[in-house]
Amino acid sequence: MVRQLSSLLSQRLVQAGLVAWIVGTLTFLLTRSLPGDMAWRIAAGRYGYEQVNAEAAAAVRAEMALDTSPWSAYLHWLGELLSFNLGRSLVSGESVADELAHQLGHSLDLALMAVLIALLFAFPLGIIAGLKPRGIIDRLSLLGAVALRSLPPFVIGLLLIMLFSVSLGWFPAAGHGSGNHLWLPAMALALGLAAVSTRVTRHAMARVAASPYYSFSRTKGLNGWQTLQRHGLRNVGVPVVAYLGVQLIYLIEGVVVIESLFAWPGIGHALVHAVVARDIPMIQGTALVMGLAFVALNTLVDIACMIIDPRRRLA
Amino acid sequence: MMASSSSTERHSRGLPTLTRLGLLRGLSVPFGRLIGLVMLLLLAAFAWLTPHLSTAEPYRQDLMATLLPPGSEHWLGTDHLGRSLLARLADAVRLSMGLALLSVASAAIPGILFGIVAGWRGGWCDRLLSTLADCILALPGLLLVLMLAAIAPGNFWTLYVGIALVLWVEYFRVVRAATQTLAASPQVQASRLLGFGRWYIIRRHLWPELAPQVMTLAAFGAATAILAVSSLGFVSIGLKPPTAELGLMMTELFPYYQEAPWALAQPVIVLFLLVLSFQLLAGSEPK
Amino acid sequence: MSIVMDVRELSVTTRSPTPDILVHPISFSLKAGQPLTLLGETGSGKSLLAQALMGNLPRELQASGQVFVDGVDLLQLPPRQRQRWWGRRMAMLPQEPWHALDPTMAIDQQISEGYRLVAGLSAQQAEETALVDLEQLDLKQVEGYLPSELSGGMAQRAAFAAARTGAATIVIADEPTKGLDNARRDDVVRLLAQAAREQGVLLTITHDIAVARQLSQLGGDIMIVKSGKCMEHGPAHDILDNPASDYGQRLLAADPQSWPAVQHTQRPLPSPIIEAQSVTKTRGGKLLFQDLSLSLSPGEIVGITGPSGCGKSTLGDMLLGLVKPDRGKVCRSNDYSPRRFQKLYQDPPAAFSPYWTMGTLLADLCRLHRIEHRRIPSLLKRLELHPDLLGRRPDAISGGELQRFAILRALLLDPVFLFADEPTSRLDPITQQETIALLVELARERHCALLLVSHDEALVQHSCDRQIALHH
Repeated sequence: MVRQLSSLLSQRLVQAGLVAWIVGTLTFLLTRSLPGDMAWRIAAGRYGYEQVNAEAAAAVRAEMALDTSPWSAYLHWLGELLSFNLGRSLVSGESVADELAHQLGHSLDLALMAVLIALLFAFPLGIIAGLKPRGIIDRLSLLGAVALRSLPPFVIGLLLIMLFSVSLGWFPAAGHGSGNHLWLPAMALALGLAAVSTRVTRHAMARVAASPYYSFSRTKGLNGWQTLQRHGLRNVGVPVVAYLGVQLIYLIEGVVVIESLFAWPGIGHALVHAVVARDIPMIQGTALVMGLAFVALNTLVDIACMIIDPRRRLA
Repeated sequence: MMASSSSTERHSRGLPTLTRLGLLRGLSVPFGRLIGLVMLLLLAAFAWLTPHLSTAEPYRQDLMATLLPPGSEHWLGTDHLGRSLLARLADAVRLSMGLALLSVASAAIPGILFGIVAGWRGGWCDRLLSTLADCILALPGLLLVLMLAAIAPGNFWTLYVGIALVLWVEYFRVVRAATQTLAASPQVQASRLLGFGRWYIIRRHLWPELAPQVMTLAAFGAATAILAVSSLGFVSIGLKPPTAELGLMMTELFPYYQEAPWALAQPVIVLFLLVLSFQLLAGSEPK
Repeated sequence: MSIVMDVRELSVTTRSPTPDILVHPISFSLKAGQPLTLLGETGSGKSLLAQALMGNLPRELQASGQVFVDGVDLLQLPPRQRQRWWGRRMAMLPQEPWHALDPTMAIDQQISEGYRLVAGLSAQQAEETALVDLEQLDLKQVEGYLPSELSGGMAQRAAFAAARTGAATIVIADEPTKGLDNARRDDVVRLLAQAAREQGVLLTITHDIAVARQLSQLGGDIMIVKSGKCMEHGPAHDILDNPASDYGQRLLAADPQSWPAVQHTQRPLPSPIIEAQSVTKTRGGKLLFQDLSLSLSPGEIVGITGPSGCGKSTLGDMLLGLVKPDRGKVCRSNDYSPRRFQKLYQDPPAAFSPYWTMGTLLADLCRLHRIEHRRIPSLLKRLELHPDLLGRRPDAISGGELQRFAILRALLLDPVFLFADEPTSRLDPITQQETIALLVELARERHCALLLVSHDEALVQHSCDRQIALHH
């Protein structure tokens, strides 16, 4: 058990290292590809455009090893990254780490709420559909899933805004503040997640219900409800939770566009802003934190799998 | 005796090449796939024939005729700058489909080749390629494409390279796993004992097994590519105005959706149909 | 003796406007203390019969006729009432225990839940009773284990205990020995006998003649079934010793125990064609065999027996050069091309690419080795394969025919050595007998050395010149 856990954690740690390296390398390439004097821009970000002068730019250049060979500049860049020295935003001049700390909380609120809504909706629906394959609920859920999967999350968001915010006036369309602001963006993400989760649950349930151990439980004398409780739910849960790991990609990608659509002050929104403004320290910081959050959530999924499935705890 | 031997001959030679390679096998069976294919053909016909049938131009502005509803002069109406929506939609579908097909093809070919090599040879070759795949999978694909797009903003080719770079991993993983299983199977062992070589085993054992899976992946991959381009366009990181691109069109038309709901509805519906038809063509669900 | 269950004209059909009859009307009665064994080849509708009695047929099938227990016709009861009988009055022992146990629940819980939810004991009593069961079945040491951590025999015992927590008086065992080797099979029969003694009524459904033979020691009846029809029915000893029906005679004659003895022709053996010289092999840290030497001469038939996992197949693969020995070496005669050393597989469909017709695959082989195409028709005739089969894919050809195609494929290369790895373990007894007889005949006729691996000692004894037994 301890060995499984530690091997899992060390694998995820390696992945986290890879994330940092890839993000660092890409942003480094970004600094090299930009037109104009990078040092000047960074200095402007730090001290404001009025205060910038050649001296300040030179100091920045020396500090960030911008005028040395590409290789040593690259190593310096990665070194700064490893010591979590993320620098200051070129736009606001604030410390990147401080801004990220705020934004991460908002993004996690949104992402976790979306997963929660999706599972609360998808798991029971998938179970019902899977217990009667080819029944009316199964067919309707298939139709709904295919349709929802053909819409990117931002279009689902657009449709929700038009329906609930503009036509019905139930929820505010954009912004952040009261709890009401969370509902629409969370729903927009949750619908796409639920569409897939419902089908995964449905297939798992149908497979479990057709398995010899399921029918053996019935002929042993357990009734339908007892069999579902004791031998159904756990065995269905295993693939559904494992598939959440795959869906995390959809979740993270969805967070980027949904936050932009709803002006939700999270990391995805900040990343898009940073890319548009070419705010390199912010690009690096937000991409890094999103990548690390992806790894961390994956680790949580792995641990949840180990809790549900005793086979994963075996040597 | 002669009759029976010649019928065997006919059987092994007469069938159309596509079926023999198993290429059509993945497509033939379910009804949903057929619908998907028909929808795709219709969309492609719309995208490539419209410029020949209509004189409307996708980039010509007419500030005297903004947000017109569909009518006889502008069949699908005009946008906020008075550009013909018909011409812009056709342009956008051509762009999405072209980018999707191009990136899927560029992802599938190396993905399949590397997958076969890694699954077959094993050893350092497999370790190297698998590590490379792990690097790509460490980050969600869109983040990678987004950061590449930041290096050269608004560039079609950066988007294409980014999407293909993310997509090849899927082919690699699926093909590698299938090759590994098959290489250790009795059927391949039997063929080797009978003296058959590598190409025979690829042709008769591996490819018929892979073809349907690759077809499914390709269709899903095209859907993923289209969604990625439109998502990036929507958050103004992908292609730049005045390019006609579905996501970008939605961002541009979103402010006017109360005055001209038909205008916003058009790119939404077209994107939905485009992705839906690729999903139907894929013909499979996550299991 | 009192009749506990009286089955009259029970049949199983599909639920379509023009129903297919899957089990033809069949009548029998089950008496206390007199087990009934249904014997017949796989796919003859035996399992459907068990499900019809139990009341858990798949939705698209229906049973008709009458099944009386205590004057009640079970088939007239609504499904919910029948389900209340499950575990409490009728128990069904599972086919493949590994699959019948929940893979994610500890074994003791799978037994105790029956005592709690079916027998109605308190949680604590249920756990204690389950522990007593484990102890009696010699499973105490695996308390808290998951099914995947148990051996096949252990899982079978645990599944038996789990099935019987409700103390049902009617026990139906459907293919209880499927996938088990000889030693495990004897264990299962012992458990069945115990169930018969303790609980009164036992119906066993099996394709395994040895199981029927062992169960006949308890007395009782045997019914021989073929494609859903009863061929004959009577006291176990009578049927086993003197089957009356034509099919019964063939079926019982197909039991390897009853095969004619091998005629040992004493003739000087030619020099060996293949030789293993004191080879040693370990797998997964386990020693399979050590300093083993073996040689085969043309036309010689050698059998290898042993329990599953003992390295029988590994030895054969080593002779073919598919596996390297840890120590020692394998020498092949240099006079023959390596293509003349061939193998037959346990699962015939797995040995062919499923996407092509037999004709295509054989034509490929002829083209590759420049073999004359006209040899195929005469070989088809020799192996009693219909030429139409050439146009079919492996999934549309029966296992026995497919194995003969595999033999044909090997014969095209004029083999001098053939390694047959459990070639008939997935085939029915009659097909098994025909296939082995054909193999032996062909090997003698063509001076091909045959290495036959089987878990069935009787089969090897009755078909091979020499026998090597491997142990754990």
